[in-house]
Amino acid sequence: MFFIKLVIRNAFRHRLRTCLTIAGVAIAILAFGMLRTLVGLWYVGVESSSASRLITRNAISLIFPLPIAYAERIRQVPGVKTVSYGDWFGGIYIDEKHFFASYAIEPERYLDLYPEFILTREEREAFVRDRKGCVVGKKLADKYGWKIGDLITLKGTIYPGQWEFALRGIYRGKDKGTEERVLMFHWDYLNEVLKKTVPARADQVGYYIIGVTDPARAAEVALDVDRTFKNSLAETMTETERAFQLGFVAMTEAIMIAIQIVSYVVIVIIMVVAANTMAMTARERIPEYATLKTLGFGTEHIAAIVFGESVFISLLGGVLGVLLTFPASHWIETELAQYFPYFSVSRATIYIDLATACGIGAVAALFPTWRGATIRIADGLRRIG
Amino acid sequence: MQNDNSSIIEIAGLCKSYRRGSQIIPVLEDITFDIARGEFLALMGPSGSGKSTLLNLIAGIDRADSGTVRVAGVDITTMSEAELAGWRAAHVGFIFQFYNLMPVLTAFENVELPLLLTGLSRKERRAHAELALRMVNLEDRMDHYPSQLSGGQQQRVAIARAIVADPVLLVADEPTGDLDRVSAEDVLQLMGRLVHDFGKTIVMVTHDPRAAGKAHLVRHLEKGVLTA
Repeated sequence: MFFIKLVIRNAFRHRLRTCLTIAGVAIAILAFGMLRTLVGLWYVGVESSSASRLITRNAISLIFPLPIAYAERIRQVPGVKTVSYGDWFGGIYIDEKHFFASYAIEPERYLDLYPEFILTREEREAFVRDRKGCVVGKKLADKYGWKIGDLITLKGTIYPGQWEFALRGIYRGKDKGTEERVLMFHWDYLNEVLKKTVPARADQVGYYIIGVTDPARAAEVALDVDRTFKNSLAETMTETERAFQLGFVAMTEAIMIAIQIVSYVVIVIIMVVAANTMAMTARERIPEYATLKTLGFGTEHIAAIVFGESVFISLLGGVLGVLLTFPASHWIETELAQYFPYFSVSRATIYIDLATACGIGAVAALFPTWRGATIRIADGLRRIG
Repeated sequence: MQNDNSSIIEIAGLCKSYRRGSQIIPVLEDITFDIARGEFLALMGPSGSGKSTLLNLIAGIDRADSGTVRVAGVDITTMSEAELAGWRAAHVGFIFQFYNLMPVLTAFENVELPLLLTGLSRKERRAHAELALRMVNLEDRMDHYPSQLSGGQQQRVAIARAIVADPVLLVADEPTGDLDRVSAEDVLQLMGRLVHDFGKTIVMVTHDPRAAGKAHLVRHLEKGVLTA
């Protein structure tokens, strides 16, 4: 108890220095936590992907379509339970600033394959019935104040023209990781228009989604699907949804690695700063440590005092940094919603933040602790006066 | 006065030198003398004569190159660092020139410090610390921090800290060196009382002839050699 009191009082002897150190650690922990969250979000699609879903796309590239006729043949492959399809529409609402993801889908089986999109039965039926209908995620509907029955017009980029949809349903995500900023409409509607305007682009889909009967056989089914279309004009590449998502992530992996490195560099920098502060502190207090040793206190007591002070200051900074992550992530979620619709710091990140703060304090204390603990009493006392 | 004339400190053939680069500088050479129980001894000598080094060796905070220091029959020169720490805590009280109080602790907490190494309960520690502060007439300043006390008062707190664990030996390195005349006189009177009334043995290093005048015996060191 006495030592805790001594550690706390020592920590605030130089208030400005301590406050600046706490602020430095807090900012470092805040940055570390936010960068970790950012990297984690990048992989959220991968983590939330289902083991029982396969994605089939054109073997050359995702930008090349596949014939709609493949749907029936895929359905014949053993182990395939459900087949649906979709296409990236890439429409723009009002202007480029209001961009959000939009897909043309085959609604019934698509929604069966994605139970994480939660719609009421009435909304689902209304959407399936209306070929010009669409569903949107709740966050998107909230952002634009859309209500059921509203008409939403998108400007096509891949498929030119003005596309008008009637809002038939607003889905909620099953969990916080489910994307709620997507618009989905009938692929049939897109295809009908294409048949009239650009017939060469009709009857094609961007990708197939396959539900398998046994997730343990997913790899086998994927091989069978690809074998089915071997040597055809549009060969396929089938992979698990996780692998498909990882493929997207891999495109930006270098950026993610750079962000991760930056987050570690931030911690190393603050470690050096904290170590410098603690070294200065320990140097100033050498006579006091010598006095304590004179009175009979051992090396372990001195080590506990120096180490305790360093960890205490760092932990205060860590707690402050963690507390700051909440308003910071809220600000990102509201102000940068277009890029980060879901930016929530996980509990694991908070624990890692606090452990990192303790680590900063511990590493920063190593040299000062050694110095304070090993100082010869006579040398330490000589520094007074 | 409780001087029973038996030796509490026996120093024999004590040598100490410091190394500066490749140069070896002798500080103490073949020091041999005894200090009687309940004696108030002043060590005097010019700067660099080795008096503080001798005090450190007697108090077990430095190590001799050769020779022995026996305190109350125990040879402290053969003790390990940990044993010496325990021995100091139990047997020696320290009074420094610049008081060496912990600035973040109150007078009471500073006095309580040595008792943390004993098995005393919190209540017992409180009683001992209050008694020690009462002995130095600072019972009304227990909750003051060192920065709120005068130099003389700080030195009295340091004396209370030195005596709180009831050591047999008190070592004082220039205890009046940083004090004005009145405060110095107070501190010396207090030290005299500790010898006369409580039978403590004090070894004091000083430059001040007035301070040395309060001691029973004055020994002089010059260039590491005991001259008188």
